[in-house]
Amino acid sequence: MSEEIRHEWPLFEVFVRAKRGLNHVHVGSLRAADHEMALHHARDLYTRRNEGVSIWVVRSDDVVSSGPEDKDAFFAPSGDKVYRHPTYYSIPDSVPHI
Amino acid sequence: MSFADDAYGALTDHDDDARWAYGTGFADPLAGVPTTVAGDVDRADLAAYCLMLGDDALVMSHRLQQWVTRAPELEDELALANIGLDLLGQARLLLGRAGEVEGAGRDEDALAYLRDAGEFRNVRLAERGDADFAHLVARLLVFSCWRLALLDRLTASRDPVLAAIGAKGVKEVTYHREYAAQWVVRLGDGTDLSHARMRAAMEAVLPLAGELFSTHEIEARLAAAGVAVDPALLRAEFDEAMNQVLDAATLTGLPGAAAAAQGRDGEHGPELGEILAEMQELARALPGGVW
Repeated sequence: MSEEIRHEWPLFEVFVRAKRGLNHVHVGSLRAADHEMALHHARDLYTRRNEGVSIWVVRSDDVVSSGPEDKDAFFAPSGDKVYRHPTYYSIPDSVPHI
Repeated sequence: MSFADDAYGALTDHDDDARWAYGTGFADPLAGVPTTVAGDVDRADLAAYCLMLGDDALVMSHRLQQWVTRAPELEDELALANIGLDLLGQARLLLGRAGEVEGAGRDEDALAYLRDAGEFRNVRLAERGDADFAHLVARLLVFSCWRLALLDRLTASRDPVLAAIGAKGVKEVTYHREYAAQWVVRLGDGTDLSHARMRAAMEAVLPLAGELFSTHEIEARLAAAGVAVDPALLRAEFDEAMNQVLDAATLTGLPGAAAAAQGRDGEHGPELGEILAEMQELARALPGGVW
């Protein structure tokens, strides 16, 4: 084997879509040797109480996330832009069906 | 309605199921299934046949449960526990049916906890202890390939309860086989060390497969009546599934099945006695105990 032997399996993030849900929801993480094993483990860990109909797994180190230090620059500027919500605008009586 | 009246009732779909964020839609696999026994079916034979399939599941389940806290990884420990619980569920239904057909007042608990080793009808493969994880996945692969073929044919049984148990079990054992197969391939087609240990495990387990395909006289009579599955007919399907996995695992030149032991007639190794001593200890010390 040319590849270096690691002594701990990599971490995967698990997303499950519930029967009535529209989108996959992050439910937790697990360790597995590869994606196929991660899917099996996800089935055994996170859907044993009839929770889901579809599973996604993704290597945790493939997930790029925003950091706490970005919080102000990323999210604070939208805090006062109330006009971005449709409810900010009043609808004239002459516009029907809305 | 209390849980004691209907354990499923509280979990099945109702109008108020919004309180369950996840996990609704549980269903009783025997709901609406008639429990009558056809007039031309020998009740003693049918009860014995249910015990055969039920004891296979019960003893194999106990062996899997023994891996809990000993599995190599947490994730696999839960997978093995899930498989053990699937088989325990099958065992409960089959032992329950055996007691019901027998009509002697023995329920699933009496049959599981109060019989001696000589009265157990499981195949020897189910009771064999596992020297290591490779032995476990080898045994689980052989057991699952065989049981899946069996349960699949059982869905056509004239006995409505056996047919329903077969239909429930097929979905479960399909996953058990997949789980075992992916580990056999992973270890067999892995490093030199993992290959050698997987090969040693297969060489130890495969000789036990002979018994799986020998037709017991009870199976022969019930198969002729359209109730049971003649295990001799499962061999081709078993071989095809096994060979596919063993080829992918680069495990070739393995031994064939040896002469059949007769676990179905209650002839077991000392290992079954050890399993029962552990499994039955509490029930026998406190007969009828409930808490």
